[in-house]
Amino acid sequence: MSTAVTHKKGFGAFLWDYITTVDHKKIAHLYLIAGGLFFLIGGLEAMLIRIQLIKPANDFVSAGFYNEILTMHGTTMIFLAAMPIIFGLMNAVVPLQIGARDVAFPFLNSLGFWLFLFGGLLLNASWFLGGAPDAGWTAYAPLSTTSPGHGVDFYILGLQISGAGTLMGGINFLVTIINMRAPGMTYMRMPLFTWTIFVTSVLILFAFPALTVGLFLLMFDRMFGSGFFDPTMGGNSVIWEHLFWIFGHPEVYILILPVFGVFSEVMSTFAKKRLFGYTAMVFATVLIGFLGFMVWAHHMFTVGLGPAANSIFAVATMAIAVPTGIKIFNWLLTLWGGNITVNSAMLWSLGFLPTFTIGGTTGVMLAAAAADYQYHDSYFVVAHFHYVIVGGVVFGIFAALHYWWPKMFGKILNEKLGKLTFWLFFIGFHLTFFIQHFLGLMGMPRRYWVFLPDQGLDTGNLISTIGAFFMAAGTIVFLINVISTSVKKQEVAGDPWDGRTLEWSIPSPPEHYNFKQLPLVRGLDPLWVEKTEGRKEMTPAEPLGDIHMPNNSILPFVMSLGFFIAGFGFIYQVDDLSWLTAVFVGMGIALGAMFVRSVKDDLGYHIHKEDLEKGAK
Amino acid sequence: MSHDHSLNPEVMPENPEKATLEGKNKFLGFWFFLGGETVLFASLFGTYLALKGSNGSGPTAEELFGLELVFIMTMLLLTSSLTSVYAMYHMKNNDFGKMQLWLGITVLLGLGFLGCELYEFYHYIHGEDFTFRSSAFGSAFYTLVGFHGGHVAFGLLWITTLMVRNAKRGLNLYNAPKFYIASLYWHFIDVVWVFIFTVVYLIGKVG
Ligand code: HEM
Ligand SMILES: [Cu+2]
Repeated sequence: MSTAVTHKKGFGAFLWDYITTVDHKKIAHLYLIAGGLFFLIGGLEAMLIRIQLIKPANDFVSAGFYNEILTMHGTTMIFLAAMPIIFGLMNAVVPLQIGARDVAFPFLNSLGFWLFLFGGLLLNASWFLGGAPDAGWTAYAPLSTTSPGHGVDFYILGLQISGAGTLMGGINFLVTIINMRAPGMTYMRMPLFTWTIFVTSVLILFAFPALTVGLFLLMFDRMFGSGFFDPTMGGNSVIWEHLFWIFGHPEVYILILPVFGVFSEVMSTFAKKRLFGYTAMVFATVLIGFLGFMVWAHHMFTVGLGPAANSIFAVATMAIAVPTGIKIFNWLLTLWGGNITVNSAMLWSLGFLPTFTIGGTTGVMLAAAAADYQYHDSYFVVAHFHYVIVGGVVFGIFAALHYWWPKMFGKILNEKLGKLTFWLFFIGFHLTFFIQHFLGLMGMPRRYWVFLPDQGLDTGNLISTIGAFFMAAGTIVFLINVISTSVKKQEVAGDPWDGRTLEWSIPSPPEHYNFKQLPLVRGLDPLWVEKTEGRKEMTPAEPLGDIHMPNNSILPFVMSLGFFIAGFGFIYQVDDLSWLTAVFVGMGIALGAMFVRSVKDDLGYHIHKEDLEKGAK
Repeated sequence: MSHDHSLNPEVMPENPEKATLEGKNKFLGFWFFLGGETVLFASLFGTYLALKGSNGSGPTAEELFGLELVFIMTMLLLTSSLTSVYAMYHMKNNDFGKMQLWLGITVLLGLGFLGCELYEFYHYIHGEDFTFRSSAFGSAFYTLVGFHGGHVAFGLLWITTLMVRNAKRGLNLYNAPKFYIASLYWHFIDVVWVFIFTVVYLIGKVG
């Protein structure tokens, strides 16, 4: 995390710099660190789950605590680890890939981060305040509406706050990609990672409000006596399921599409070839995004929607296999005949191909509604979604980190340790999850605290847990790699991989204004186009001039803190109305900060041409 | 992204709200935001439709709703949308005074709407014993209509802040997009109301 700033300023100034920053590259660091920490917490929870299931009738953790770690593991991994890390990547890379000086709304970008972080802190505060949520990450009513204590309340408010941050990020990147591309960067010249972030942002925009509404209704039921999900008042708990999955299914595409983008970049870079079937890849991405919205009820086959609805959703779900298959073949054909370098980033990408194909296959199996009556809520499902979420999303995150680390931090991660991480994790992953398919088919249910001896489940569970330890070891090696790389001095030039896209045309890490002069884009893989014509860098599209920059601001932090405080107020006012004070104080702080923001003009500042020239030497 | 602050030309560019990159971003970003809001209201409408018959032993939609008041409310809100169009028209002609005037009228009409709504709720709660906690129908009704009412209140606050904040300095390319998106928001609220009027009140009355 060492940028030039560290050397010049003290730690306080360094911290202040990050708390107030509106620079998307620094916000990327923040997302990465926070998301990484939550990933470790979620991983710890996973290890506890797996240790509990290492042998039959185990009593390592209590039943109640098991429900909590299970719920928090899923919630944390999805909302606080995977998505934020992806947000980190998109902040680090997208503006650079499209040749933009900044994102469209730098202030909102910072607000989005702080909302996510404070939402995540609120959620995890539950551990210390009487117990975490225990109704599963899906929080199905009436389990969630009747769960005693405040665990589920923390879930509701934590996710509400961090979800608002996510929505802001989505809008920001949509506008950035549409309005701020460099001259010549047409849509069909955008790198695939940018394309996937574009479609992902659309999904965020249309999926998250459904969650917002669902959480509000749940909140009203739990805290204010409404009857949305309470049958004795005429309510209907299936409404929650619909709202949750109208959000929840697109959510898995919000996670997976960006890493599809990552693999496309990594494979074409290290195969030294243009991505095969670029146009088809773009259309497949858009199509997957679209279909992602049409299939939410495949999570509800057993609810009793009826054969007609089930069939429609089953067929729509299976249809997604088509564009996904197109992608798999295009990746293979990108590799075909390429001049391939197998480094860490590439290893993760190669490992992804078979893994994700297995996950996709079991997905199609689950999509067969009649068969799903057998698989539903069994370990088969657990195996399936980990094959796609870990074998897809987590592999992709690792690939992306190895690939873009030098761009973000100016240093290359150690290759030996990188490969060791991969092999430990890859082997551990398949040990853990492959056998779970069979455990599921043999009747082991999902979300159970213990299983009984002598039902043929012992060995499988033991193997599964051993695999989890391998993955933990891989993660530890990765951490060692990060730390040892960070303290090393070696720095890299702008383009360590002989890259193809615009982010590699500027120094690593980039200057805070990204591009001194906006580049002129003359084709797909713009930097490669220049390289093939014998030039080393991009041709500028504009003369050197002043650059306008936004001011730093503490307000996003303050606003989020306000909502955080108000969150506690909402949760505890049920017990004691004097907690409403916290609601008013917190909302007062948040609204006050908004008021300051709206009456104080924030005009930013200019970096003058002369200073840019000096920098250029 | 440069915005010259003294920009107050004799003639505004054709679309002052989109004349700068910042303005363009705000404009587009706001449209996307409204897309998200559409999903939000669609979810609330869906919930309401699913629960509107679940009134338990309480009053039904048919017994409850009277169309006179909601008709007045509809007129107030529709008119306010029109007056905000006038305001934007004057913005494009760089006539700050008239823009403020029409925005002021918009705010008054909006306040009228909100007043009627509060009266309506008061009447249901105290006259008909129909509350948020009466039944799933009650919860869904107050949530949907209340969310809309909350949007109206927020919109009024927003437009008023903008008017007060810019009263002294007039129109420029920095605040023109701000006025413009506030008016977009106001139209959106109006459109949502038309749906509420139809789906909740008309269908509720006719059965
Ligand atoms: C890396 C090692 C991981 C291990 C060993 C692990 C293990 C587990 C286990 C044992 C369960 C409980 C299954 C059940 O009984 O229902 C579970 C559930 C879950 N995991 Fe993981 N997991 C890991 C990583 C991840 C990641 C990276 C994600 C997401 C990005 C994730 C998302 C989920 C979700 C959504 C659930 C469902 C929770 C629920 O049913 O409420 N997991 N995991
Ligand atoms: Cu799904």
